[in-house]
Amino acid sequence: MNDILTIAMPKGRIFTEAAYMLRQAGFQLPPEFDDSRKLIIDVPEEKFRFILAKPMDVPTYVEHGVADLGIAGKDVMLEEERDVYELLDLQISACYLAVAGIPNTKMNDVAPKVATKYPNVAAAYFREQGEQVEIIKLNGSIELAPLIGLADRIVDIVSTGRTLKENGLVEYEEIVNITSRLIVNPVSYRMKDARISEVVERLTEVISGIKAGETG
Amino acid sequence: MSRLFMFEKPLGMRDTLPNLYDMKHSIRTVMATEMKQWGFQFIETPTLEYYETVGSASAILDQQLFKLLDHEGHTLVLRPDMTAPIARIAASKLLKDNMPIRLAYSANVFRAQQREGGRPAEFEQIGVECIGDDTISADGESVALITSVIQAAGLENFQLSVGHIGFVRAFFRQILGTEERVEALTRYLYEKNYVGYRMHVGGLALSSIDKQRLLHFLKLRGGEEVISEAYSLIENDQGKEALSELQLLWEIITDYGQEKSVKFDLTLVSHMSYYTGILYEVYAGNVGFPIGSGGRYDLLLEKFGKPSGATGFAIRLDRLLESLGMNEPIEQVICIVFSSERRKEAYRLAQEQRQIGKKVVLQDINGVKDIDACSNQYNDITFLVGKAKEAMK
Repeated sequence: MNDILTIAMPKGRIFTEAAYMLRQAGFQLPPEFDDSRKLIIDVPEEKFRFILAKPMDVPTYVEHGVADLGIAGKDVMLEEERDVYELLDLQISACYLAVAGIPNTKMNDVAPKVATKYPNVAAAYFREQGEQVEIIKLNGSIELAPLIGLADRIVDIVSTGRTLKENGLVEYEEIVNITSRLIVNPVSYRMKDARISEVVERLTEVISGIKAGETG
Repeated sequence: MSRLFMFEKPLGMRDTLPNLYDMKHSIRTVMATEMKQWGFQFIETPTLEYYETVGSASAILDQQLFKLLDHEGHTLVLRPDMTAPIARIAASKLLKDNMPIRLAYSANVFRAQQREGGRPAEFEQIGVECIGDDTISADGESVALITSVIQAAGLENFQLSVGHIGFVRAFFRQILGTEERVEALTRYLYEKNYVGYRMHVGGLALSSIDKQRLLHFLKLRGGEEVISEAYSLIENDQGKEALSELQLLWEIITDYGQEKSVKFDLTLVSHMSYYTGILYEVYAGNVGFPIGSGGRYDLLLEKFGKPSGATGFAIRLDRLLESLGMNEPIEQVICIVFSSERRKEAYRLAQEQRQIGKKVVLQDINGVKDIDACSNQYNDITFLVGKAKEAMK
């Protein structure tokens, strides 16, 4: 068991890109990997075990050491502030966190409210701006909040801007750029050093290959 | 706040039930014995300390302190670690002779947890402090002792990572110049954010050679060879001094025969400002968090008015137990059930057994509501009941 690397993968948006990237790095992942409904997928040929988790939970699994490695969006890292190593910027699933709302509106002076899936990030951002706002935590369909008068602004992930547009919202400020990161448990980083370094090196090559391709 | 259930405890507080208590006790005894054999003397300090003194001198973040007021309005803290109280004692009492002192402790410390209420906010640490010895021999002894203590506890699969904060700062100062910039880059290491580190380095106005050096620094992890690799990056004397300390440490550990479980990791920054030289963390294979940590903290004693070198470590007993996954058979307890007419006989039998080291429960039969449940609880049960002379088993 000790030489098996457990990798926490985020289900959904990032998964496909991350799996593609691992394959590019030369790891043999079975074809059923992509549309399996299993939560644990063993890949004995590579001595990998993948666990498929909610994106928001990936750093939790890694911090507790039940996963050695994980792939997590920077948005989740900022929100969760887990004690893990952030080793690589995989430069996939690029997007950004932004403040959005109904066009040409101002924040309510009496009781400014912000709805978000990222209460910590949003609170820190508005605090740094010196604005006192009430943060309302939602778990999805954040765009609803300004439309039905729950909040003046939302803080959410923007990748293409299409969702905002279709709901008649505009972006006010960009908070931070987001990409996916390779994260590592601090104990695994020492105890499984050799294997983790190999994964990191192979992924680094893929990343610099992509970069070279872009600029070259 | 909703009404508390009667069985509830404050967030992060735990009871220790008999089985766990026994395990903790036996492990603690083994480790304490090892520490005593190395000449470290055990002490106890108060659970409450002043916030202004020990509280603020401690390495633990302010928001993790449990604070309360005494009846005169002083702010008190539940001790968040044992190092600061020991520094207080050492500075005020024990350092008079200017001789190095070696102290040990096993005590509960208190740290408020913001996240996930179930995490322990009170846990036991067992550790040592060697105060008044500036030599690397003292650091070497600490590293060798923590290794021996963990081995004595029965853990085989573990690893020590050793770093040197003096090297990190000297190296950063060489390239970055100002303390402010050193601090900023060090923080990325403390936060374990290598991506941020690389981005930060990429954005600095530096020669490409210096940038390369800063990036190369992240790879300074591994065996003894890391030290010579680090020499190729460093130019200033403080940095070289730090590396020669690490080299010496390696020789000391090798002399102690403990080098197998030790690796270097020069990127290790376990605290932003507390440690001043060699520092280390201990990891075990099956626990996601370090089980112990230590290092040199030469600035702490100064806060108590007596500048002095010091080094030490603390092991978290709960995490060590977790990594041991202990399932030691618990020592059998014998039960003698008696009725009042045979009390004397039962007591005599119990004492005989106790004298040869057995654990004996003496139970009046009238106090047992369910004989079957009682029999099931003990493998070895003797009934001395009724007038009959022979005991039934």
